[in-house]
Amino acid sequence: MEIISKENLVYRPSELLTGATFNFCPGCGHGTVVRLVMEVVEEMGIQSETIGISPVGCSVLLYDFYNIDVIQAAHGRATAVATGIKRVLPEKYVFTYQGDGDLAAIGTGETIHTCNRGENIAVIFINNGIYGMTGGQMAPTTIPEMKTSTSPRGRNTDTMGYNLSITEMIARLEGAYYVTRQAVHNSAAVRKTKRAIRMAFENQKLNKGTSFIEVVSSCNSGYKMTPLQANRWMEENMFPYYPLGDMKVNGVLKV
Amino acid sequence: MKELRLMKGNEAIAEAAIRAGADAYFGYPITPQSEILEYLADQNPVETTGMVVLQAESEVAAINMVYGAASAGRRVMTSSSSPGISLMTEGISYLAGAELPCVIVNVARGGPGLGTIQPSQADYFQSTRGGGHGDYRLLVLAPASVQEMADFVALGFDLAFKYRNPVLILSDGVIGQMMEKVELPEFRPRRKENESWATTGKTPGRERNIITSLNLDACIHEQHNIKLQAKYRRMEEEETRCEAILCDDAEYIAVAYGASARISRKAVEQAREQGIRAGLFRPVTLFPFPARELKTAAKNAKGLLSVEMSAGQMIEDVRLAVDCRIPVKHFGRYGGVVHAPGEVLEAIKTFQV
Ligand SMILES: Cc1ncc(C[n+]2csc(CCOP(=O)(O)OP(=O)(O)O)c2C)c(N)n1
Ligand code: SF4
Repeated sequence: MEIISKENLVYRPSELLTGATFNFCPGCGHGTVVRLVMEVVEEMGIQSETIGISPVGCSVLLYDFYNIDVIQAAHGRATAVATGIKRVLPEKYVFTYQGDGDLAAIGTGETIHTCNRGENIAVIFINNGIYGMTGGQMAPTTIPEMKTSTSPRGRNTDTMGYNLSITEMIARLEGAYYVTRQAVHNSAAVRKTKRAIRMAFENQKLNKGTSFIEVVSSCNSGYKMTPLQANRWMEENMFPYYPLGDMKVNGVLKV
Repeated sequence: MKELRLMKGNEAIAEAAIRAGADAYFGYPITPQSEILEYLADQNPVETTGMVVLQAESEVAAINMVYGAASAGRRVMTSSSSPGISLMTEGISYLAGAELPCVIVNVARGGPGLGTIQPSQADYFQSTRGGGHGDYRLLVLAPASVQEMADFVALGFDLAFKYRNPVLILSDGVIGQMMEKVELPEFRPRRKENESWATTGKTPGRERNIITSLNLDACIHEQHNIKLQAKYRRMEEEETRCEAILCDDAEYIAVAYGASARISRKAVEQAREQGIRAGLFRPVTLFPFPARELKTAAKNAKGLLSVEMSAGQMIEDVRLAVDCRIPVKHFGRYGGVVHAPGEVLEAIKTFQV
């Protein structure tokens, strides 16, 4: 580090990362979003006021990477856990970080009701269209025809139902104050996602409702592709179902 | 000054939670305990003590809200009745695994399934054996009066924090619904101090705090389990509570908790009037079960009758307590039916033939 002079430093990992090696597969979108959250917390100087909730899924070990207080929640229940702690510590910044199986399948009830109550928290939702941790099974977000280990001939919407666009539903809830869909497949998208996360944290000072950020992200291991292929596949196939952009800003619907 | 009030058991528990300095209550309506949430909503303690009261969208959400608020080292309570407690068990297992303090109230009703809204004690196994997955125990208090409904809330919080473990108040529809005179507990302030382990935000002076029940390394997780077991053994050493009435010379002892203990007490009085040397042993803690105390109380007994509103669950602990050396029988109506003292008396008499 010492050989890099200050003026030449273009990037350094957030000091709020512990340095523990990320457990994510190389090329996975999780690694990017996980670091962005700590960059925002560091830049806002709110380490001592921030409590994170980790889900069950590939990001379960957030607490190994983050030098902040973290609660590990049961599968799908992160927003209920966040509600509990935010209600007794209303001055703190509370965020959940959840995958699509966690947030939009087993945890759908908690997700909808937390946002509908307008809990003053940030929800960061990684939509990779698949269950990463358990080995690539179909998720509620799996798009039609997509092959997974439990839809080996592709998602048949007649028998398996349609992919759930939960973020569009959330945007229509009175309690949701900021709802956006972002991605991390290129550096411009990463910068936008970081701005969205910053907004979600800043919003907590206003006490006006839930901030909800979906990040469409690839799971190259689950898709059985190289990281590059996975990102291209995601752009071509997932973005049409999950168009990027803001859905609700400052409580005002954009779509 | 003594504050006396005529109250339902459920209302007493709710009032006691406010007075015990609880920071939060999360719950979902279910008969026969909905008065707890209703009473708290009506009192609106957020304006007096600052206690948060929130109706969750399900028992699953409620227990996970408890998990979140308990992670902050605050006094948190939830309540439900049997089917709702079944829904909570995953969360309760997480609370036990992550060693979080909280008070859970079960005003039990008849099962299985949706069962009936009438009183029952058929959740004894679920309560005393952990209930959810994994090797864990709850500290279980069994009130037998409206007064104990009130008194066990503060006691429950104290024990929960002493052991960093969930405490279950196992009541039943009789105790929850009946009205009695109750001396209200004194007001205690809400906790100001931060627990060293709580996730209240990592300040520069300390390491980060993590609340989790996960260990990827089995050997580390075995150590965690060993630590939990040591805690449960310590509870067995230090926390058994019970009441022995007329047991010293008793030939026959009814063993009963909660509503069954009240009914059995009446049966014991009737037996004594008829010249039968009967006694009552009432476990107040169901885990830890007061086995040593029961063994001592039963030293002269020729028969023990486990009186429960279930098909016979506590009877297993009763048999173990006396090493099966004394005949132990079960008596109880169940599925929502409450036994009468006369029925218990008849069951006591069956030892005589
Ligand atoms: C109650 C319960 N059911 C199932 C599981 C198994 N499980 C662990 S992670 C997971 C899916 C995670 O997928 P997702 O939320 O999409 O996150 P990702 O791993 O893709 O980031 C499942 C089903 C569990 N741990 N608990
Ligand atoms: S399995 Fe998928 S989601 Fe999980 S770390 Fe690997 S690439 Fe990422």
